[in-house]
Amino acid sequence: MKQTIIPLGPYHPLLEEPEHFKLYVEGEKVVDLDVEIGYNHRGIEKLSESKTWDQVPYLVERICGICSTSHPMAYCLAVEDLVGCEIPKRAQLIRVVVCELERIHSHLLWVGLAGHFIGYNTVWMWAWKYRETILEICEKLTGNRNHYAMFKPGGVRRDFNKEQIEFALEKIVDVEKPIRMLTDAILDDPVIHKRLKGIGVLTKREAVNYSALGPTSRGSGVPWDVRYDEPLDGFKDLKWKVIVQKDGDVFSKGVVRLLECFESVSLIKQALLNLPEGGAIDADIKEVPQGEGCGRYEAPRGEVFHYVRSDGSNMPYRHKVRAPTFNNLPTFKASCKGETIADVALITASIDPCYCCTERVAVVDKNNNEKILREKDLVKLSVGKTKNIMKKIGKTPALYNLEI
Amino acid sequence: MDILKKSFKKSIWVFHLSTAACNNCDIEVLELLTPKYDVERFGIKLVGSPRHADALLVCGSVNAHAKPRFLEVYRQTPKPCLVVAFGSCGCSSGIFRDSYSIVGPVDKVLKEEDPDAKIVYIPGCPPKPEAMIEGIVKGLEAV
Amino acid sequence: MAKKNNQKVMKNLKKKLKKDIIDIVQPRENRIYMRVKPEKAPGIVEYLFSKYKCKLCTASGMDMREGIEIIYHLAKEDENMIINVKTLIPYSKLEIESIGKKIKAFRWIEREINEMLGVKFKGHPDMRRLLLADSFPKGKYPLRKNFKNSDVTDEDYDYERSGI
Repeated sequence: MKQTIIPLGPYHPLLEEPEHFKLYVEGEKVVDLDVEIGYNHRGIEKLSESKTWDQVPYLVERICGICSTSHPMAYCLAVEDLVGCEIPKRAQLIRVVVCELERIHSHLLWVGLAGHFIGYNTVWMWAWKYRETILEICEKLTGNRNHYAMFKPGGVRRDFNKEQIEFALEKIVDVEKPIRMLTDAILDDPVIHKRLKGIGVLTKREAVNYSALGPTSRGSGVPWDVRYDEPLDGFKDLKWKVIVQKDGDVFSKGVVRLLECFESVSLIKQALLNLPEGGAIDADIKEVPQGEGCGRYEAPRGEVFHYVRSDGSNMPYRHKVRAPTFNNLPTFKASCKGETIADVALITASIDPCYCCTERVAVVDKNNNEKILREKDLVKLSVGKTKNIMKKIGKTPALYNLEI
Repeated sequence: MDILKKSFKKSIWVFHLSTAACNNCDIEVLELLTPKYDVERFGIKLVGSPRHADALLVCGSVNAHAKPRFLEVYRQTPKPCLVVAFGSCGCSSGIFRDSYSIVGPVDKVLKEEDPDAKIVYIPGCPPKPEAMIEGIVKGLEAV
Repeated sequence: MAKKNNQKVMKNLKKKLKKDIIDIVQPRENRIYMRVKPEKAPGIVEYLFSKYKCKLCTASGMDMREGIEIIYHLAKEDENMIINVKTLIPYSKLEIESIGKKIKAFRWIEREINEMLGVKFKGHPDMRRLLLADSFPKGKYPLRKNFKNSDVTDEDYDYERSGI
């Protein structure tokens, strides 16, 4: 069977940066790690200063392709914090629906790519197939598969009608069963347990020292989740829980993401069923006075933070954007030490950076001999390790379908 | 033109390169491989090295980090090759046009190196998968 | 979930840091903004991060008329509070003590403020460029107000420095 190789990339959205890693090794073990970023730097903060308050959501949506709702959401919350207005209930619940849909499709994307890295290409194909259903719901509700253009400071730009809500409720129920099947299959697989448990451990102390965010910190026992810590009005009446795991390894982070999908499905159902009949969807902000505001929202990868300062004009004086991968990336220094090169691709994927793998990784051994490994070399090493584990255990699980 | 027609008669191999992109286009490209759209049935395959590629799929506009690397990849790709400027950022830099960090869209940067480069433009932010397939097919027909 | 009496945090801060705070306001239930002197800011932020158990959200630098203002945004999650520590560094002496030399969470953001605005962080272990390309012209700071997007074009980049 043919092998599907993914070239330079696939980049995850987010800081979406191909980065350049430098691994310092002794034999097969990594002793230190250096990360260079900036490959996707587009000068967005400077561009914000020349756009009006209503034009900025279009710009910030394009910071990341997968967290494309979280950035406009955090920006709108920052402006609303500055102005001090209240958002209508219907708009709040519509925001919850769109954000949670994004969370599910982002986690499924991660599941697929993590599966690819360990050689489970079937998992990749299945996860992305179910992801398509979520994208169909997004397209029906908002008009686009990504970059929804739904948010504006003060509320949302478009409303949902009855037909769209019924379609969404029907499809979300359809997608719940396959996700559960996929989750159970992945969590019960003994090879995945051997492959992912104990790898790339980020201790609770290090997670706090680096201010790690999202599933990266929740997988290490640090229960930070902005939806809980700074609850929006839309979330206050909804029932859900924060998923936390204790071990801090790649497996825990994966479990957090998979279980969060179910919480998201429940949130979407609750929000759609509790939408108030009719009502405004926009607080109609006329003017942004002098002042400052902070807004933050829980993207699939962690907390997105926006800060805006206004001098009373129709453009931001300063707009600061901080994406979650900015805090999570430096944690590689702590979680990659002592691991083998075969696991590096997996550990980098486990924080779900907005760039999946780098163009190439430079490996420097103690004699200062440098060699360059490409993404496909890393994937090959990783898949090789999975094969060895299978030989040791002596079984090929049903989920596995390695085609080399 | 004859050699071009001959090279692209069978299935084309594509090398995917992401310059300063938001990665939405990159994810959409990968979605082409998944069961819903599945371009492998047309023989379009993503390859791991520019030296095996018939077409370069460039997502995103070009910033200073990416420019030397992008031109290097273009030099390594055996000619004749087709360059696909993917998405609004690839075609015209989109909303990032005024930024200090963006050097130019794909065609402006490429024309410095090779004024005769063959470029296909697929606009959209991001282009729908159906648009991508149509764009590549149109590009092949025009060649 | 959010505690109702958020005046508690403001009172605590005033008590612990009374002499060092120039002023402190709480315009909304869960936002505190305090202004401090540049010499005192690193000490206060370190106290908030380590002893007061806050999380670093980020730090923003902005170009004001009198100098560069740095705001450290720290979140106290169990009280649903964001504490913003502002400090204005005058143009005459654009430097401040680095917090990144002791606390890892601050290292990258200090590198970013350094390259975007030109503030020196004394004692930082690794002051390389973070986001800007090596080929970006030296001495130009994109986030300063006297820098326009059109000030740097392709011709100004020194690609030989990037080593490709």
